[in-house]
Amino acid sequence: MSVLVLAEHHDGILVGATAHVVAAAKAIGGDVDILVAGENVGAVAEAAAKLDGVAKVRVADHAVYAHQLAEPMGALLAELAGDYSHVLAAASTTGKNVLPRVAALKDVSQISEIVEVVDADTFKRPIYAGNAIATVKSADSLKVITVRSTGFDAVAAGGSAAIEAVDFVADNAQSTFVKQELAESDRPELAAAKVVISGGRGMGSGENFKLLDGIADKLGAAIGASRAAVDAGFVPNDMQVGQTGKIVAPELYIAVGISGAIQHLAGMKDSKVIVAINKDEEAPIFQVADYGLVGDLFEILPELESKL
Amino acid sequence: MKVLVAVKRVIDYNVKIRVKADHSDVDLTNVKMAMNPFCEIAVEEAVRLKERGVATEVVAVTIGPKAAQEQLRTALALGADRAVHVETEERVESLAAAKLLAKVVEEEQPQLVILGKQAIDTDNNQTGQMLAALAGLPQGTFASEVAVEGDKLQVTREIDGGLQTVELTLPAIVTTDLRLNEPRYAKLPDIMKAKKKPLDVKSPADLGVEVASKLTLLKVESPAERKGGIKVGSVDELVDKLKNEAKVL
Ligand SMILES: Cc1cc2nc3c(=O)[nH]c(=O)nc-3n(C[C@H](O)[C@H](O)[C@H](O)COP(=O)(O)OP(=O)(O)OC[C@H]3O[C@@H](n4cnc5c(N)ncnc54)[C@H](O)[C@@H]3O)c2cc1C
Ligand SMILES: Nc1ncnc2c1ncn2[C@@H]1O[C@H](COP(=O)(O)O)[C@@H](O)[C@H]1O
Repeated sequence: MSVLVLAEHHDGILVGATAHVVAAAKAIGGDVDILVAGENVGAVAEAAAKLDGVAKVRVADHAVYAHQLAEPMGALLAELAGDYSHVLAAASTTGKNVLPRVAALKDVSQISEIVEVVDADTFKRPIYAGNAIATVKSADSLKVITVRSTGFDAVAAGGSAAIEAVDFVADNAQSTFVKQELAESDRPELAAAKVVISGGRGMGSGENFKLLDGIADKLGAAIGASRAAVDAGFVPNDMQVGQTGKIVAPELYIAVGISGAIQHLAGMKDSKVIVAINKDEEAPIFQVADYGLVGDLFEILPELESKL
Repeated sequence: MKVLVAVKRVIDYNVKIRVKADHSDVDLTNVKMAMNPFCEIAVEEAVRLKERGVATEVVAVTIGPKAAQEQLRTALALGADRAVHVETEERVESLAAAKLLAKVVEEEQPQLVILGKQAIDTDNNQTGQMLAALAGLPQGTFASEVAVEGDKLQVTREIDGGLQTVELTLPAIVTTDLRLNEPRYAKLPDIMKAKKKPLDVKSPADLGVEVASKLTLLKVESPAERKGGIKVGSVDELVDKLKNEAKVL
C-alpha cells in the first residue's frame, strides 16, 4: 500500500491543511508520498519534506502547473496514480476541483470529504449536510479521496523526506488563468483558527461587521459569515461557513445574528464550544449552542469587546 | 449555441432527514423532493443565456427514477426547450452519472454543459469535474460569473481565498456556485406549457453504460448529538463561563 497526497499551497507557502491530509494518509497505512505541483515551488517542497511520516516529496515544478488549473493537474495526478493505492487531497476548492478528474481518468469512484479512516478500503463521510454519517467501502483498486481537515489532527513537522523531481509535463490548450482576487487579511485562516466569530444577516450591513473586529483582535479570531451575509454583499464569499462553504471546528465559535439553518450548522457544529448571540430566543442556533445570549447584537458586541 | 443542463432530484433542502432504524440508509419515504438547489441555479443560467440570445437551445437532462421527470418538467417550465430522462431505479454514483452524461454530451454536442457544484444529498461535488475529464473538456467549477466571449468562456470561480477567473475553450463544463444568479420561480402558464414540451426517455443500457458501482454503502448513522447548552443572562456571565467553565478564553 502506498499513498500519494497532493500538497495544498499558495503564494509559495504550504497550507496547513496538508498536514491534516498526511494524518489521514498515515491512518490508511503504507508509504506516504507528497506531490507538490506548481511553479517555483521549491520552498513548498522543503516544507512538505518536514512533515512527519512522509517518505518522499515529488515535485512537478513547471509553468503549466501554475495556479493549479484542473486540467493539467488532473492529467499529472492520473499519470502518477499508477504507483499508488490511494490518492488524497484536502477537501479544499483546489482538491475538489482536481481530484474528481483524476478519479474519472482512472475509471474509479471518488470518496469525498472523509472524516474517518476505518481501514484502507472503508471510510466515514458526512452526507445530507452532516445530518448523517455514511460508512462506505470501496472495491476499486485505486482509491481517490478528499479529506476534511477537521476530521484529522495535523502531523507535526519533524521529518526530513527526500525530494525528487517529476518530469511529466501535461499539455493544456484548454484553460488559461486570467486573474485572481484574493481577500487580504492579517487574521488567521478560517479553517485553522482556534476561535471563529461569524456574523449573519442580523449584522445588517458590511459596515456593521466592524463590530466583530475588536473582538476578533482580542481573541485572535478569524471572522466568518453565513450565506445570507455573503449573498447580501456584506462580506466576500471566502468567509462563508457551512455545507457549501468552509467547514470549521475551532475551540470557540461565536455566531452573531445567525439563525442556525442546517446548512450553516453543517459547517460549524463540530466546534468545541459554541456561543450564540441572537435577539430571537427561538432561533435554532440555540439548540446547538453551549452558551446562548438572547439580545440585540448592537448592544451586546460593544459590551463584550470591552469586557474581554 | 446549445446548452445542456444536468438536474438532479434530491430531498428538499428544508427537510431535516432521518436515518432508517436499520442504519441501511436515510429514510426518504414520504419526504418532500425537489430539484437540487445548485441545479436550479444551473437552469437559470442556461435560460438567461437563451434570453440574451447567446444560447439557441436549452436541453435539460436527469438520471434517476420515473419520479425525476417532475424535476425535468420544472426545468421545462423554467425555460428549457426539451428534456432527456435517463431512467433507472438503481442508486447512481457520481462516476456513473458522469459516464451517462458524457454519452448524452456525445449525442447532443452542446457547446456548454452546466451542472450544480454539489448535490445536497450526497454532498459529493464530483460529477461536473468527472464529466469534464471523461469528455476531454475544460471545466469552470464553483462559478459565480460566466461570460461567453466568441469561442471562449470566462468563468469567475469562488475559491477558498476569494475569486479566480479562468478562460476556457468551448465546448466547456461549468458547475454553479450560490452567487451565480438568483433562480426565478416557474409561473403557472409556463408549468402548463411545459407539459407539452418534448421529453425523451432512455435507459442506461441504451447509452451503453453500466450503472453498478464499486462503492458499497455499509452503514448510515446519525451524527453525535450536541447536548443542549444553557442561556446566560448577561455579557458578564458569558465571559465568566467562557473563562472558568469552558476554559476557552
Ligand atoms: C443549497 C444551499 C446551500 C446553502 N449553504 C449555506 C452555507 O454554506 N452556509 C450558510 O450559512 N447558509 C447556507 N445556506 C443558507 C441557509 O439555508 C440560510 O438561509 C442561511 O444560513 C441564513 O443565514 P442567517 O442565519 O445569517 O440569516 P437569517 O436566517 O435571516 O437569520 C438572521 C438572524 O439574525 C437575528 N437577528 C437579526 N437582528 C438581530 C439583532 N439586532 N441582534 C441579534 N440578532 C439579530 C435574527 O433573529 C435571525 O435569527 C444554503 C442554502 C441552500 C439552499
Ligand atoms: N443523477 C443525476 N442526474 C442529473 N444530474 C446529476 C445527477 N447526479 C449529479 N448530477 C449533476 O452533478 C451535480 C453535482 O452532483 P454531485 O457531484 O453528485 O454532488 C448536480 O448538481 C447535477 O447537476
